[in-house]
Amino acid sequence: MSEARKQIILGAYVGGVNHHTVWSDPKAGSQIAFSTFRHVARTAERGRFDFFFLAEGLALRERGGRIFDQDIVGRPDTLPVLAALAAVTEHLGLVGTLNATFNEPYELARQLASLDHLSGGRAGWNVVTSFDAFTGRNFRRGGFLDREDRYVRAQEFLAVARRLWDSWPTDAIAAERDEGAFLRQKDAGSFDFTGRQFDIAGRFSTPRSPQGHPVILQAGVSPQGRDFAAGGADAVFSPYHRLAEAQEFYRDIHARAARQGRPPGSVKVLPSASFVLGDTAAQAEERHRDVLLRQISGQTAQILLESVWNRDLSGYDPDGPLPDVDPDPTGPRVIQGRAVLHQDPFATVAEWRELAAARGYSLRDLAIHAFGRTEFVGTPAQVADRIDAFVQQDGSDGFILGSHLVPSGLDEFVDQVVPLLQERGSLRTDYGGRTLRDNLGLPAPADGTLAA
Amino acid sequence: MTTTHHLHLAVALDGAGWHPAAWREPGARPGELLTAGYWADLVARAESGLLDFVTIEDALALQSTGPNRHDDRVDQVRGRLDAVLIASRVAPLTRHIGLVPTATTTHTEPFHVSKAIATLDFVSEGRAGWRAQLSKPLENPHFGRRQVPTLPEPGPDGGLPSPDEIATVFADAFAEAEDFVTVVRRLWDSWEDDAEIRDAATERFIDREKLHPVDFAGRWFSVRGPSIVPRPPQGQPLVTALGHASVPYRFGARTADVVYITPRDAGQAGAAVEEIRAEQRAAGRADETVHVFGDLVVVLGATASAAEGRRGRLDGRLGAEYTGDAPVFTGTAAQLADTLIELSEAGLTGFRLRPAVLPDDLDTVVDALVPELRRRGAFRDAYRADTLRGLLGLPRPANRYAATAR
Repeated sequence: MSEARKQIILGAYVGGVNHHTVWSDPKAGSQIAFSTFRHVARTAERGRFDFFFLAEGLALRERGGRIFDQDIVGRPDTLPVLAALAAVTEHLGLVGTLNATFNEPYELARQLASLDHLSGGRAGWNVVTSFDAFTGRNFRRGGFLDREDRYVRAQEFLAVARRLWDSWPTDAIAAERDEGAFLRQKDAGSFDFTGRQFDIAGRFSTPRSPQGHPVILQAGVSPQGRDFAAGGADAVFSPYHRLAEAQEFYRDIHARAARQGRPPGSVKVLPSASFVLGDTAAQAEERHRDVLLRQISGQTAQILLESVWNRDLSGYDPDGPLPDVDPDPTGPRVIQGRAVLHQDPFATVAEWRELAAARGYSLRDLAIHAFGRTEFVGTPAQVADRIDAFVQQDGSDGFILGSHLVPSGLDEFVDQVVPLLQERGSLRTDYGGRTLRDNLGLPAPADGTLAA
Repeated sequence: MTTTHHLHLAVALDGAGWHPAAWREPGARPGELLTAGYWADLVARAESGLLDFVTIEDALALQSTGPNRHDDRVDQVRGRLDAVLIASRVAPLTRHIGLVPTATTTHTEPFHVSKAIATLDFVSEGRAGWRAQLSKPLENPHFGRRQVPTLPEPGPDGGLPSPDEIATVFADAFAEAEDFVTVVRRLWDSWEDDAEIRDAATERFIDREKLHPVDFAGRWFSVRGPSIVPRPPQGQPLVTALGHASVPYRFGARTADVVYITPRDAGQAGAAVEEIRAEQRAAGRADETVHVFGDLVVVLGATASAAEGRRGRLDGRLGAEYTGDAPVFTGTAAQLADTLIELSEAGLTGFRLRPAVLPDDLDTVVDALVPELRRRGAFRDAYRADTLRGLLGLPRPANRYAATAR
């Protein structure tokens, strides 16, 4: 091979609090026991994945004022699980979603720096904000952000966190016993910050960690969100799975990053994806159909559509036609505690009605069509081909992968697809770097300099 | 001396040890205080001695000699890691010993602390605890959200304000901390044990009747719940609190499973135990086991003079006699065993020993104190419980919401 192939970045997530996880499968395991997370993380490391990814939710979802009961409910706290996984893995990055709305920078920055120390440089942070008052009711600070303030908060939070991480020079600890000099300088960790969201000063508790800064991940689709991510994140989640629009997003993120003075390759683009494998293409399709029917029951279909209609649809027969009422976006929220999926519910519903009429879809068929996407369905060779082609053609830099079956679903990917990607030279056969940042090919943050 | 009554033993881990000059000792590992290996070795050592639990100190600030502001010292250990995450990191590497990190209550969220300790209980399979601790004034500017009183400045002798002075200044903060622990405990109960049903026939993952909002509304905050984390393996992970005066004794007696006191002698220890028992009864907890542990800094040696020699060397490097909030014991393991047994006769059920130097004094606790106590019939010869509550003879509590919900 004359030209080095682009190396595929792989992350692994544990299917969690949503309808994707088929908890009714006899092989489905605990969603809370540590053994589940250990199994997925070790499997990912066996497959030479870059990182393990854990999502977060800070309030149980509700439907019509009652707690959801039909799909996974309950999850562990992100950071303690990642710290514990550091003990049972050696190379795998440990990335968690952590909310910038319901945390304080000093506390969260030290937790992330601590995780980075305790994992030898493998910590990553997916920065998110909440703007729902529903979640705020679980917190003493209460309240919520105005929607338009969420990037302000996130940006300022991140700026403060970086200032805290930079407040200790790399060589601050001398530990010279004979001279009695533990620190090289008396003001190690000094910081101050004054902004719209935070006005703080003092001494940061935690010396500089192996990576300097944990790897920063962000989602961003709107122009503002894209600029934010391209300007400050090490990796951006991409919502695009069709090659043409994924390539467009990829180019756009790179262009925005370049405009903000970031060197090429300093922002990775990563969609999440799930997979269903089979010995033949037909068998994979059959398994996929079975998974879809188990993921999206009649009741789940009603609830998924409620997230767009914002009306109680429990009275509509899942096997009957689409609800004949209009969405009610301004009414009190029927579903609480999950992301709002659609900006214009009227347009979405109109499109769905057309589709359902053309294809004869029932309510449930439509929900399966709209929400039941599994990105990679096929034989291991087909899936390896598609993943590799997508990355080599700059649809993304890799994928964050998860299975509908927790915790053992990732095993077959690692056993059957990973070797094929390795044969092509698109996936490492062993870890080359010491830290997550090294393995992702990201530049080290400058020591002691403040990010803009 | 009773031979059937076993003492409980915990070790308090902090940096290179509790003596400010500990890090300069030959056995210290001052360059490794921020590594997982350092903490894993210490906790494994403590577990090899069959100790009940380790505590891990923490604060949302850099270490400092005074409570109000940071000092500019460069000759002592500065810099630390989050204690809950240290405990989580060592949990999969240990099997029996309890893990009790400190988490503060002044600037933090009860919801976060509750789910963090619950998750520590999951990753340790039932060995989690928590030392609930108020923030010191020097932590305030790190958050900038609220004004918390500062302490009176040290007197001319440079000593700390008296425990009673501190407790008075912090009376409100202790009341708030009590609300905090209440919310944390309610959140741990906000899922009944059998809430997860996975009933495919009715398409229900949980029985939502078995999840409960905690609906706490108090003077300082309100929290709705339920938790995002199911009820942890122990039901209620261990809650512990340190006190030096009446206000914190009351806080501990009302909220904790283990209260640490700093016993100057058997008489004072007995009086503190009585005060805690009275508060326990007043809080309606007379039926519950509340351990009262004595906190001692320990400087140990094979002989009394060897111990004195170590103490002298440490104090010489410090340039002063080391004193802290807890008494400093200097002597042999046998002498320490005598002291512990004497104090236990005043009503203390266990001890939290603070090694002056790590790992040296921890090693001596494990290699000499534990066998000495065992010879006297005062310490276990095997771990005989699967959970931290079990090691301490505490039952797995019924869920408060299960009792009233039906």
